[in-house]
Amino acid sequence: MIAAFAFYVFAGILLVAAGMVVTARNPVHSVLWLVLAFFNAAALFLLAGAEFLAMILVIVYVGAVAVLFLFVVMMLDINFTQLREGFQRYLPIGATVAAVLLIELAIVLGGWTLAPQSGGLRAAPMDPSVSNTVQLGRILYTDYILLFQAAGLVLLVAMIGAIVLTLRDRGVSRHQNIAAQIGRMPADTLEMLDMPSGAGIKATGFLRPKPKELAPADDGARDDQGKGGH
Amino acid sequence: MLPVPLSHYLAVSAILLVMGIFGIFLNRKNVIIILMSIELILLAVNVNLIAFSAALGDLAGQVMAMFVLTVAAAEAAIGLAILVIYFRNRGSIQVEDVTLMKG
Repeated sequence: MIAAFAFYVFAGILLVAAGMVVTARNPVHSVLWLVLAFFNAAALFLLAGAEFLAMILVIVYVGAVAVLFLFVVMMLDINFTQLREGFQRYLPIGATVAAVLLIELAIVLGGWTLAPQSGGLRAAPMDPSVSNTVQLGRILYTDYILLFQAAGLVLLVAMIGAIVLTLRDRGVSRHQNIAAQIGRMPADTLEMLDMPSGAGIKATGFLRPKPKELAPADDGARDDQGKGGH
Repeated sequence: MLPVPLSHYLAVSAILLVMGIFGIFLNRKNVIIILMSIELILLAVNVNLIAFSAALGDLAGQVMAMFVLTVAAAEAAIGLAILVIYFRNRGSIQVEDVTLMKG
């Protein structure tokens, strides 16, 4: 009884929030209403016993997708009043299509019954002895492993695509030149020398870069280091 | 399993779907709201899948709902990335200008 009451409360808030998403004047408010809608949908999932998906919805949708929307809405400098111009113009056709679709769905919903043999056609019957998350894990990594991997690939492609699309090279960044790094040979950078014993550094000439021979006058200028010669 | 008859879940889902489609028509100029409407539509699909999953005692519906969530997240990321570069190039996000891109 209390669960049924909770369902109607959450469903009502969900539908109100969804309506506000599409009619709010400010897109930032729309995103916030969308967050509320996601929270209430997660509550509906919980009431239906899908605990894992409810948590996924809160974490992934509220935590990632809605925040992504919020970032983009706030990052783009948009003239919001200009965007509202066609609101009244598109209202009649939108309302007509929505009404037709709603009537069609109501007709489908009114004349719909569950087939009596549908219980025997279940792909993955629930096991009430273990929790929802355990059950999902058991079939997700066995029966649906290929779909699971494909979902991972979809996310990978989306990630790479989003990065490639939005990455902007302004030409000021210093890139790694991988070909030059790999093409570096020891002979380019290393020099093997025999050091005669007792010889100074200058005699071998292995200082890199090679210093110019210091003129005697230069020597005098260098000598006043540490003597405070300003 | 379900606290209310299955048809109530389906009714909520149907209204949510219609609101999403209504939002697409209503906000023809604002791509961000259109993307949010698509999220609402996919949420309606998920509510449907989970309601049937709970009513029939079949877990496959919840697995499918998870994949829908995955695809919806990927779609949102790509859609917003396209939106960002579109705004960078044109300085507005009016969908009506998008037709200028053809040819």
